[in-house]
Amino acid sequence: MIHDFLIYFLLIVLIYTIIVMSFNLAVGFTGLVNLGHMVFFGIGAYASALLALSGAPWYLAVPSSALIAALSGAIIAALTVRLKGDYFQIVTLGLVFIAVTLSRNWISLTRGALGLPGVPPIFKDSLHYMIFVMAVFALSVIFFYWLTNSGTGKIFQAIRDDETASSVLGKNTYFYKILSITISTFFAGLAGSLFVHYIKFVDPTIFDLEFFVLILSMLIAGGLASIQGSIAGVFTLGIFVELIRFIDRVPLLSTVLAQHPELIGASRTMVYSVIVIYLLIFRPRGIFGRVEV
Amino acid sequence: MILSLKNVSKTFGGVKAVNKCIFEVEENKITSLIGPNGAGKTTVFNIISGLAEPDSGIIRLGSKNITGLAAHKIAKSGISRTFQLTKVFRNLSVRDNMLIAKKASDDEIKRILKSIYFDKPLDTIASELSYGQQRLLELARALLMPHSLLMLDEPTAGVNPKIRQELKTILRNLRKEGKTVFLIEHDMEFVMDISDTVIVLNEGKVLKVGKPKEIVKDRKVLEAYLGK
Ligand SMILES: Nc1ncnc2c1ncn2[C@@H]1O[C@H](COP(=O)(O)OP(=O)(O)OP(=O)(O)O)[C@@H](O)[C@H]1O
Ligand SMILES: [Mg+2]
Repeated sequence: MIHDFLIYFLLIVLIYTIIVMSFNLAVGFTGLVNLGHMVFFGIGAYASALLALSGAPWYLAVPSSALIAALSGAIIAALTVRLKGDYFQIVTLGLVFIAVTLSRNWISLTRGALGLPGVPPIFKDSLHYMIFVMAVFALSVIFFYWLTNSGTGKIFQAIRDDETASSVLGKNTYFYKILSITISTFFAGLAGSLFVHYIKFVDPTIFDLEFFVLILSMLIAGGLASIQGSIAGVFTLGIFVELIRFIDRVPLLSTVLAQHPELIGASRTMVYSVIVIYLLIFRPRGIFGRVEV
Repeated sequence: MILSLKNVSKTFGGVKAVNKCIFEVEENKITSLIGPNGAGKTTVFNIISGLAEPDSGIIRLGSKNITGLAAHKIAKSGISRTFQLTKVFRNLSVRDNMLIAKKASDDEIKRILKSIYFDKPLDTIASELSYGQQRLLELARALLMPHSLLMLDEPTAGVNPKIRQELKTILRNLRKEGKTVFLIEHDMEFVMDISDTVIVLNEGKVLKVGKPKEIVKDRKVLEAYLGK
């Protein structure tokens, strides 16, 4: 029981960390506040589910779905990264609504609200899967450390700090911003694929904003432009979120929530918002952050 | 001649910031662009470096037409520049700021920094530097980037008087090395001391081009500065 819970917890935390690191690459390292990041997580999940359900082996389904997410990311980036900050955020937020609408109404592909059940697992038992995900996680962490310390990673950060100065130093900022989003959405798609092979199911609720708020909170709590920050942010908030799961069992609160079950979700969101705000008061840059939020 | 502008114009809303501007910058010389506030000097720089697109006119670097090219392509063609309001990469170290300009060894970076009397450690984060030091870092970065033309927008602003004098030596040394320097400057003592040629801009138009001695005596120039 404890054993199962631990595996479940680790799996979720490892997958979330891949999402948050990839989100950090765009937001923290490149200054591209892509509010539609979870759309690419969803694209990875849907693509992987569809491929696996149509008989593709996992070693094809997983990389292909990450590539499909990256390709979508590249196309969206090519169309949007020239927009000034606020407009970029509004347009990428709009992607979420497009994704929800498409996944609900493109019935022949997604089965709409019914979702896609029965996604075959990669490993029969979850311990093996956890080890597999841990390996993917480890490789991702190494990759992100390498990338963010490389010349290309430094150019991303230069663009974040001052795009004009980067361009007069000969950097094609349009290209680098597309590159950053492409890599970022590749890993979001990869995480979506790993997620769907574990949950074995995907439906339009994967695009829920509550999920995005959690990821955003983890990013901010851990700190922008810091890989170890993203890891720390997910683990710290992850523990709280798991505890909050039992919010409806807290005495007194439980009677209120039993009468108003619709408040359970909201109260969870509220609790981790409060944690993030509290954290930011004492550490304005997050746990390990290097740039101001 | 390394740079030439022919009938370059740029309007912002109703404001003619640059109006049929014509001038040339000679190779291996120090040329200063002066003029009252709002004369259009920075806009001219922005047009040359590809940050603003001219409404009309032609800009050539050597024999190459660079009009309307993207900023990064113009930079690669050999124009390096600094800004009136310093643009360092705030969250990057001094070293990383320099490395964005060009791949270079610590020794090469230190040599350039030393030549402009910048003595902070390479690991210092740029936002922790004083404003004057940030200006020097920006200048060092522009020097490190391979270029044939160096354009400086008010290099002495916010820099202490001692370094201001050093700056003259630095620019003269660059000229000795065969570089071309084109600068915007408000400090007239500095301009008259260092320039081979001075271009006076007023209301987006070239009012006068000449040697420093001719400029200080010119009645039109005095009127532009003092108002009629
Ligand atoms: N991006 C812009 N949008 C609108 N107007 C602008 C813009 N840039 C410059 N201007 C206007 O164009 C004119 C020229 O400005 P510019 O900055 O080129 O002058 P300047 O000669 O550099 O002045 P200063 O000595 O104060 O730096 C001014 O009237 C300014 O308000
Ligand atoms: Mg100016």
